[in-house]
Amino acid sequence: MTAISPDHIERTTPAQRALREALYAGVISFGLFVLLIGLKSDQNIRNELILVQRWGLLAIVVALVMAGRFATVAYLQPYFAARKAEKAKAAPVSADAEKTFFWKHWTKIAIAALFLYPVVIYQLVGLQGSLKWVDNFGIQILIYVMLAWGLNIVVGLAGLLDLGYVAFYAVGAYSYALLASEFGWSFWILLPAAGLMAAFWGVILGFPVLRLRGDYLAIVTLAFGEIIRLVLINWREVTNGTTGISGIPKVTFFGLFDFDVSSPFYIAKVFDIPQSGVYYKIFLYYLILLLALLTAFVTIRLRRLPVGRAWEALREDEIACRSLGINTTNTKLTAFAIGAMFGGFAGAFFAARQGFVSPESFVFLESAIILAIVVLGGMGSLTGIAIAALVMIGGTEILRELHFLKAVFGQDFTPELYRMLLFGMAMVIVMLWKPRGFVGSREPTAFLHKSKAVSSSFTKEGHG
Amino acid sequence: MNAAPAMNDPILSVEHLSMKFGGLVAIGDLSFEARRGEITALIGPNGAGKTTVFNCITGFYKPSEGMITLTRRDGSQHLLERLPDFQIPAKAKVARTFQNIRLFSGMTLLENLLVAQHNKLMAASGYTLLGLFGIGGYHKASAESIELAKYWLDKADLTSRADDPAGDLPYGAQRRLEIARAMCTGPELLCLDEPAAGLNPRESNALNELLQGIKATSGTSILLIEHDMSVVMQISDHVVVLEYGRKISDGDPTSVKSDPRVIAAYLGVDDTEVTDVLAEVGDVHVIEQLDGEPDRAHGPTDSASMMAGPVSDTIGHSDDKGELVLVEDGASKAGQYDRLSALANALAAPKGGTPDKLTLIKGIGPVNERKLHEHGIFHFEQIAAWSEADIEAAEAYLEFDGRISRENWVGQAKALAAGGER
Repeated sequence: MTAISPDHIERTTPAQRALREALYAGVISFGLFVLLIGLKSDQNIRNELILVQRWGLLAIVVALVMAGRFATVAYLQPYFAARKAEKAKAAPVSADAEKTFFWKHWTKIAIAALFLYPVVIYQLVGLQGSLKWVDNFGIQILIYVMLAWGLNIVVGLAGLLDLGYVAFYAVGAYSYALLASEFGWSFWILLPAAGLMAAFWGVILGFPVLRLRGDYLAIVTLAFGEIIRLVLINWREVTNGTTGISGIPKVTFFGLFDFDVSSPFYIAKVFDIPQSGVYYKIFLYYLILLLALLTAFVTIRLRRLPVGRAWEALREDEIACRSLGINTTNTKLTAFAIGAMFGGFAGAFFAARQGFVSPESFVFLESAIILAIVVLGGMGSLTGIAIAALVMIGGTEILRELHFLKAVFGQDFTPELYRMLLFGMAMVIVMLWKPRGFVGSREPTAFLHKSKAVSSSFTKEGHG
Repeated sequence: MNAAPAMNDPILSVEHLSMKFGGLVAIGDLSFEARRGEITALIGPNGAGKTTVFNCITGFYKPSEGMITLTRRDGSQHLLERLPDFQIPAKAKVARTFQNIRLFSGMTLLENLLVAQHNKLMAASGYTLLGLFGIGGYHKASAESIELAKYWLDKADLTSRADDPAGDLPYGAQRRLEIARAMCTGPELLCLDEPAAGLNPRESNALNELLQGIKATSGTSILLIEHDMSVVMQISDHVVVLEYGRKISDGDPTSVKSDPRVIAAYLGVDDTEVTDVLAEVGDVHVIEQLDGEPDRAHGPTDSASMMAGPVSDTIGHSDDKGELVLVEDGASKAGQYDRLSALANALAAPKGGTPDKLTLIKGIGPVNERKLHEHGIFHFEQIAAWSEADIEAAEAYLEFDGRISRENWVGQAKALAAGGER
């Protein structure tokens, strides 16, 4: 046996092996799908149960599986093996000193690119064409980036699993919506107010859950999110119930000019340019970009302050924290409050952008998506979270653009209906490939000689 | 306040401390003192309640009864049983380490030491508000705290690894880092829970040096729990011995070492030759394997340790209404010793210089003969004169349940004594 097998392996080329494996895959998929796809029970015109045979479709599916298996074994696997070997060879040469200009300064480059994005889009597709790209892609993604960065403080840094984060988003949105439409107060006053209101509710949530950890904490925060939503639905006198609040005032440019066509200070009148809704979107884009950057800046600053270190220490070991004289109650509450505050900011922005809020926007799914972004990105890592938001939200938005799929699957096919399926698949794949998210390592907040990233094998996820 | 207390005044005084978990008495009426500038060791067999005492001192448990007073250098006194746990390090300046090391493993060594200076830095950063905008003295305070961290890293011989994650350190270095972290809180009393557990001799020496250094330079008093007798005997100035939550001995290391109650508690009352050898070697682990393991049914259970679960699960279980389970009579080995010493007719030396051949009594072998000799029983007539209580004590001590009366040692002894006279 031992004498034969090495010869045997030598004699089979990758192509031969691929052919064999493709055959096996074909047989297995035929066995699996023959009843699932090949036969379909249906009703005929006389309401009789008949068996529709779909051998053509079955053949296509089996052929696809075989082709996929063949390609994997014949081309992909040798390619990855070769690349791995190459990497192993090259590894000792490329020390971390070999950082290119791009990787050294990439945060600055990325921020510059974000500021230039609307300009580039405007140059490429014109004023009206840029609406979709600035609004659906730019603003939408940045809102989630900001929300995820806010939740990151609670989940990623302090290690407190919060499944009801959307509640603070809702508090912020309704604070702005109600106060702006009732009293006509400016966005610039109400933005901090909405943040404070959300922070207040963060503390209110914080108190009862101080004693809880892990799964128990998750359940109570989940319940908190639902309570807020149900209050918004049922407190009709104030929130107008499921109908929601519409006609929320737009943001003005610090009172200098605004984006309301009927107003005397409409931007097009002030600057004498053609009327368009795009100005407002571009303005909102820069607004949310600045808000998101503020979140990042504050998070980075806080990590280097004692409170931020205490959050991370709390995630690592709560008992040790108390043995060092850290008031864990206050530490947890500040994490909840500051995380909630950024959720509130994002909520106020959301209300101003939509001009309409209803409880529909604040369902549990939103919390789950924000949490998924934080986990996929790598808990605690701002970069990873931004990338995850780009992939997740940008990915679902881009599905709307994939019109060519209609040519493949027929006119009835609407790719955006599959976004949750793809979302789930992407999450499974990322978690298999990188169990601690895109950026699992942790940057130390202080160093003596040289800052070295802490591998994810040492950091803890927290106990809730 | 009073004048600053001199050295050797008590820094910590524990009075009538009791801790009950449900009906289980983990500590019963314990009183001792730790003096300023000294290393006080708290020793005892497994399950003696040492860690429970620590958890009471550092606020992780609220004692059922008793008073724990800490006197700071400035003369202010703090009642530790009344302070919430996080204020004990902050106000009373008591720091502690843990039996199973609790470092922030995902943070670097430097960060671990900076977290320990939280309260100081928090005040310097204007409770985050000023620090966030870079106003105030946070920058300076931060630089100072890094200097302090450097000092302790140097003391613990860990400077070269300052930027590595704490979880990446070898075990002995983690122990030293935990002590360095505790010292960064600027404590007046440092409580160490088995600092030498699991260390190899070289690491153990490095630890001894660190502790001696702390004692010599920082003026911090140390209270430590230890199993390793060589560490205790080398470095401690004062030893308190616990068994089943009760103090059985208290004094300087040499007097404690020779206290028969301590030997009994630690080694069991057993074959003297073996125990003497082992005591000389100081190898407690071997002795424990032979005898030291307390009876689980009587001693505190594993869950008496706060490490068994979240703190919230273990605090507040003491329940006055619960059934009181006292340690069963005879479980305490030191107690057995006491009772045996009190045998009614013990002699200091055999009458006439030669003892009777006790092995003639059916049931007494050479080992038991030696044990009986040790307690002043040399002659048949002594056994013949045993009362009920004496028989019970001897049975408990020799672990012969009911055998003495069943085999009628007293009767045999009477016969033999009569025969000897004849």
